[in-house]
Amino acid sequence: MANVIYGVNGPVVTVKAAKEFSMMEMVYVGKERLVGEVIGITADLTTIQCYENTTGLKPGDPIEGTHTQMNLLLGPGILDNIFDGIERPLAEIEKEVGAFINRGSSVSPLDTEREWDVTVTVKVGDMLEGGAVYATVPETAIITHKLMVHPYLSGKVTAVKPDGKYKLHDTIVTIEDKYGNNHELTLCQRWPIRTPRPVRNRLTPTVPLITGQRVIDTLFPISKGGTAAIPGGFGTGKTMTQHQLAKWCDADIIVYVGCGERGNEMSQVLQEFSELIDPKTGRPMTDRTTLIANTSNMPVAAREASIYTGITLAEYYRDMGYDVAIMADSTSRWAEALREISGRLEEMPAEEGFPAYLPSRLSEFYERAGRADVLSGSQGSVTIIGAVSPQGSDFSEPVTQNTKRFTRCFWALDKSLAYARHYPAINWNDSYSEYFTDLDPWYVKNCGADFVELRSGISALLQEENRLMEIVKLIGSDVLPDDQKLIIEIAKLVRVGFLQQNAYHKEDTYVPLEKQKLMMKTILHLYERSKAVIAENIPLNRIRETGLFEKVTKIKYDIPNDHLEMFDEYLADIDEKITAILG
Amino acid sequence: MIIEYVGVKEINGSLVVIDGVKGASYEEIVDIRLENGTTRQGRVVQIEGDRIVVQVFEGTRDVSLDNTSTRLTGHPMEMPLSPEIVGRILDGAGRPIDGLGDIYPVTKRDINGTAINPVSRIYPRNYINTGISSIDTLSTLIRGQKLPIFSGSGMKHNELAVQIVRQAKIQGADEHNFGVVFAAMGVKNDVADYFRRSFEEAGVMQRVVMLLNLSNDPIIERTLTPRCALTVAEYLAFELNMHILVIMTDMTSYAEALREFSSSKGEIPGRKGYPGYLYSDLASMYERAGMIKGSTGSVTQIPILTMPNDDITHPVPDLTGYITEGQIVLDRGLQAQGIYPPVNVLPSLSRLMKDGIGDGFTRADHAALSNQLFASYAKVIDARSLASVIGEEELSDTDKKYIEFGRLFEQTFVNQGFDENRSIDQSLDLGWKLLSTLPRAELDRVDDSMLDKYYQAT
Repeated sequence: MANVIYGVNGPVVTVKAAKEFSMMEMVYVGKERLVGEVIGITADLTTIQCYENTTGLKPGDPIEGTHTQMNLLLGPGILDNIFDGIERPLAEIEKEVGAFINRGSSVSPLDTEREWDVTVTVKVGDMLEGGAVYATVPETAIITHKLMVHPYLSGKVTAVKPDGKYKLHDTIVTIEDKYGNNHELTLCQRWPIRTPRPVRNRLTPTVPLITGQRVIDTLFPISKGGTAAIPGGFGTGKTMTQHQLAKWCDADIIVYVGCGERGNEMSQVLQEFSELIDPKTGRPMTDRTTLIANTSNMPVAAREASIYTGITLAEYYRDMGYDVAIMADSTSRWAEALREISGRLEEMPAEEGFPAYLPSRLSEFYERAGRADVLSGSQGSVTIIGAVSPQGSDFSEPVTQNTKRFTRCFWALDKSLAYARHYPAINWNDSYSEYFTDLDPWYVKNCGADFVELRSGISALLQEENRLMEIVKLIGSDVLPDDQKLIIEIAKLVRVGFLQQNAYHKEDTYVPLEKQKLMMKTILHLYERSKAVIAENIPLNRIRETGLFEKVTKIKYDIPNDHLEMFDEYLADIDEKITAILG
Repeated sequence: MIIEYVGVKEINGSLVVIDGVKGASYEEIVDIRLENGTTRQGRVVQIEGDRIVVQVFEGTRDVSLDNTSTRLTGHPMEMPLSPEIVGRILDGAGRPIDGLGDIYPVTKRDINGTAINPVSRIYPRNYINTGISSIDTLSTLIRGQKLPIFSGSGMKHNELAVQIVRQAKIQGADEHNFGVVFAAMGVKNDVADYFRRSFEEAGVMQRVVMLLNLSNDPIIERTLTPRCALTVAEYLAFELNMHILVIMTDMTSYAEALREFSSSKGEIPGRKGYPGYLYSDLASMYERAGMIKGSTGSVTQIPILTMPNDDITHPVPDLTGYITEGQIVLDRGLQAQGIYPPVNVLPSLSRLMKDGIGDGFTRADHAALSNQLFASYAKVIDARSLASVIGEEELSDTDKKYIEFGRLFEQTFVNQGFDENRSIDQSLDLGWKLLSTLPRAELDRVDDSMLDKYYQAT
């Protein structure tokens, strides 16, 4: 007997008395064959969440099982492409149905007609383990796509095609497993989205992800293979920060997941990334980027899946030996999708209506980050940077709190900084990074031993200012002694001249580590020399009059990234002017 | 053959349960005929085998277990559309109430719409000149944007909306192609009347479509009103290539109607009793703003919502803020000082502004100026809170200058007449004039060449 729909409630569809479905199996619902997934089974009723709008479904419409879990097609053509939450190619859908997405689209995720230049790297008789590379394809001008044996497959090569042009489903290599079965390897493979792809073994993260954003690289660094959360109320610049990181961080591949966010924002990403040229390769950013766009008005169940789709794509490229960074904007929308579906299933809610399994789902997701020896024999990493949109800008809500437990970097965005248009609005008192000890050896080796000292100097200043501001709030700054006024003055310099960074300024949007270090050095040098002036009981105003504070504040604009020798003049100028005051 | 189902099994609020129904589809519209001859419409909101739950738009007053007969119509809620709809007044479910007869449909559309493919969107970059300094300079409205007004009961959001409609200028050849869709959800009769009068006085009534669900109209109809309005807007914008400004007031009433419906359905409540899907539900409307490839029109939304107890963290403004591209926040304190429009500039924001201003759109100095105004005004707030502790006399000279700047900024920049239409140049020049009252060294967001040009030392 064929299975038919029994009930419909929002995206949740039920089937009566069906035995053959398994949990998380992918199914086709109704005559239009909408994609769905089995999320609950009782003897009496099977519950399915549908990834598309369920309007018009009626009892008696057919439901067809696929006997596989929700999975992705992995192969060349993922980069420089944009998908919805369940890997449907949005550009192809546009060609097919126009500007509005209709239901039941059955376009192949990857282009099956395009011919790829394949170079085969194995020969007959080779033994291939799961994850081994058997061919390479230049996917974009800068990324070589490595075709890997499915992780659960291994065997001896029995036939090999010559190098040449092949389509996605053409067989290139045939292997025979130990039971004597032949497997044909094409340019693609499938992988279920909710299962992490296996690695040989995990490594400690010891290399930072360099982002060119000063507050992150120096004060709250993240490692390659690390996890970070960016919580912030609306208008504090979460998306802006994500965009900056996606544009400038030194990962090989960027997976950008727009999960329940704005449509106009996605079209901005599309436009900006194709216009932006990566300075390291001279190619457009889209060459190393794949976008997953599930805007807030697209079906809620697909929003829930989009996060897993993103991380699976990221793991696939990690397995080739790349450093991948995934930007998830925003994980709160994903948690809310969980809540919405949980509510439809009438599950017992825990905190704020979120299901009790929210923490375990979050930890499963963040644990898929990491640096590892991958099966193909090299090393790769997945870095997760997740935005969190706390309800009512209240960081004590469940999603923020649980995310905090499973991530090691916390970049708290602050409303009052954003109101003052201090961007990135990362609050230096609430944020933290747990990667210092892992990363310090790298910084010492690559930026010099003084980098770590300079960083401590800067954080100490900010902390001291924080303490003094408590007093200033009560009695005003005029009554403070000059040495404390100096701290406030220098801390202001750190805030405006160093932490604040202008994403729209040619020189300031990305700052190399070397310049970051020299900026810290110049600020602290000015501080040390000014202290000497104050110690002589000379009023602070004498230093203010020299204009040094303004001059150092504007270093970020005035010294181009490729003229770092100019810092020497600044240091000499400080010495000269201070010496003049000291007489 | 059309089957009629006699009687209902259960009545609960606006919901009725009907048993033994064959072939009902999800979200299908049903006609319910009462014994007294009146007809009501409803929508299938849940199906379990042959038992369906129907939401009755006009409410269930007079309905008993056996005085109805129900007929399935076979299609979801659709809205008849034609170019003649412009200038008409409709009720909350899209039926004409101006006595000018039915709308002869050229086409019909499902009011729920479908999602715009992100690939097909055109990134909005052309600004709309509203003639209001605080909006044009600091939170510029962009064509294709959704920019809500966060207000509170008794504040002048309606006046502001009317002023925007009256003054909004779309430059260039598209000027005559401009229209307004106005959706009232649960507003008072007087307010609806105020809007109608104002549109007439401004001479724009012939380009306005009004959908009115007043506060004494059925709440279920209220949940349809914005969707009908947006269906009209999409038709006019994307098929007739018009630039449509959609004003929806009051979104809080809409959300409350949704909560009422959800709780009568017995759903598990989320925050403050609002259903867990409030975010998705609001997004399904707000996201219908934008511009698409293949059409020269645009849908711009200005939803107005009253924050209960002026609380911006209340679920409705909170979720709205996460979906919309910025917000204009009105402030009761400013209004009490007689400042109109009482726009609180610090929490107000337009996310699409950065790409729609500057050289080629407004003026090259716009971005730097607005940045500096925000930063300086934020310092005014700091100085004020300090002054409230130690007294204004004790402040440093710089802080005193900030206090004075803040006063001038609110009185002359934010404050402007209801009939005063300021050009973008006027607004920007006024901004520079105010900044010039501060010491030049305090202006750290502007580079020197720009200061040389615009800073007027006194």
